[in-house]
Amino acid sequence: MVERDAPLLSVRGLKTWFHTFGGVVKAVDGVSFDLAPGEILGIVGESGGGKSMVGFSIMGLIDRPGRIEAGEIVFDGRELTKLDDEAMQGIRGRQIAMIFQDPMTALNPLYTIGNQLEEMLTLHTDLGPEARRVRCIEMLTEVGIPQPEDRLNAYPHQFSGGMRQRVVIAIAMIAGPRLLIADEPTTALDVTIQAQLLRLMKAQVEQRRTALILITHDLAAVSQMADRIVVLYCGRVVEIGSTAALIAGPRHPYTRGLLDSIPANHQGRSRLPQIPGTVPDIRKLPVGCSFAPRCPRAEPRCHADAPMLVTDRTGRAYACHFPLEDTA
Amino acid sequence: MAADTREPSVFQRFMVSELAHNWRRSASAIAGTVIIISFIVLVTAGPYLTAQNPYDVRQLDIMEAFKPPVWLEGGTAQYLLGTDQQGRDVWASIVYGSRISLFIGLVAMLGSVLIGATLGLIAGYYGGKLDAIIMRIADIQLSFPSVLIALFLMSAFGTGVDKVLIALISVGWVVYARTVRGATLREKSREYVQAARVSGLPNSKIIFKHVLPNVLTPLIVIATIQVGTFILIEASLSFLGVGVPITQPSLGLLIKNGFDVLFSGLWWISVFPGLFIMLIVFGINLLGDFLRDELNPRLK
Repeated sequence: MVERDAPLLSVRGLKTWFHTFGGVVKAVDGVSFDLAPGEILGIVGESGGGKSMVGFSIMGLIDRPGRIEAGEIVFDGRELTKLDDEAMQGIRGRQIAMIFQDPMTALNPLYTIGNQLEEMLTLHTDLGPEARRVRCIEMLTEVGIPQPEDRLNAYPHQFSGGMRQRVVIAIAMIAGPRLLIADEPTTALDVTIQAQLLRLMKAQVEQRRTALILITHDLAAVSQMADRIVVLYCGRVVEIGSTAALIAGPRHPYTRGLLDSIPANHQGRSRLPQIPGTVPDIRKLPVGCSFAPRCPRAEPRCHADAPMLVTDRTGRAYACHFPLEDTA
Repeated sequence: MAADTREPSVFQRFMVSELAHNWRRSASAIAGTVIIISFIVLVTAGPYLTAQNPYDVRQLDIMEAFKPPVWLEGGTAQYLLGTDQQGRDVWASIVYGSRISLFIGLVAMLGSVLIGATLGLIAGYYGGKLDAIIMRIADIQLSFPSVLIALFLMSAFGTGVDKVLIALISVGWVVYARTVRGATLREKSREYVQAARVSGLPNSKIIFKHVLPNVLTPLIVIATIQVGTFILIEASLSFLGVGVPITQPSLGLLIKNGFDVLFSGLWWISVFPGLFIMLIVFGINLLGDFLRDELNPRLK
């Protein structure tokens, strides 16, 4: 395994379950990963794969009927699952910030941008009113909002979607968090500005050495951003590896399937390959490997017992009885 | 701050808003506003508009009792709307009575909004057991008519404006709690509330700064119409004798006073207070309906 700094965040065996009337939904079921300071980690998977719940679990914002059943989330030496709500409020926003998918609803329509930016500074810093104003203007300039002095007094509806997401990034970064969790940050945006915003986010986190967890279903976006990638399927990690290795030679058939369904990888073909079937009902997962019913390589053993996550000598880990050949 | 000078004031912004524009084009909204403002002027300037203080016994003259209104035979210009059994000027009684009616309507509304909105916010935001308890209490409250609660309070503590207020509020808060709870549930799932949570804001601040202003609209509409409803309920309570005491007569109590002699042809003692109740409730409902149409996006 490659030597790295002491992890900033270490998630171990995280299980976040929802106890619903129809049964227990194991949205996150035994997820483990580490994140070094300044590292960019991509978490990918299909809709309903439990990606967002990893982010909410770290934030300590799992609402009933959900609950963190087991596992540890150690951030900067502190075990977050054991902290009470008051202690978590000191971490949210200041140490760990989060941004969401839809910039249309992520800002309160009744307050100006300046008010919402300043709220973060009032909450998390000791700056006086004038210093806060100056800092807000600086931050808006940094995220590329023209005429920031005027725009401070503007309301969210006076901004376009892309501009709003820039404001959302500014709000998330203004208190100088050490970890940013971005949950599908560009999914709701126009394709033409997705890349711009991803670059902006990357520049922001690199400049401050903020670690970033990028949660998305867009493997193409992640591959340009992330140092490492975690692939989730039905709440479980099916593969972890450095971006380059994982893209060049996926070991798990699900990762292969995701890669194959990126249009750019298949120019000239008449029909884009897709993974057959759909994500199974997470309350009634198959006994063996949860991907087995959709897997082209599945054999009887896959339907009988679930594969464990095994780590190879390069630090790659995958959960598959019959992994694809190591081409890296 | 210098930057703020460019910002239009709240009043300026209101005057150019769609609401103000539509108000100017709505005859019923203007009529409602005129009626309400006239009443407010009437009750605040009350003592200066009447020659007599009807509750100062020294100013009453029993010889002046049962005078008809000025346009009937025997009426005098001194008592425009006639006098009652004790020689009280009916017009003066109405001015003083409107004061109490309007006061009760407004205070009961404010009390209901305060209690109902707070409980609704808590129930909607926190959910779970707290929500279940608050909403079951609301259900129980709905099954008690305010008359019954007023009767309980009366028998235990005697009459008084405060008892009437308690009776009205204990029934009135439910509608706000339900409305606000529903709106809170909707707002809570919006990402800006999630964003406020991940920003590390304490729950109290999220509730009052971020959720409350976004659920105010339906509240304003219900509150307006409820003032009228409360004035009516209070009038019924007073008419039934479980409302305000005789020393603080509301419009409802004035109707009751005249009711005993109503069938002897002395109709003016009851009918004029009744007309004034009708007028104020009508004015409030006109404005309330306008606000409902304007502020409810679903009706647009």
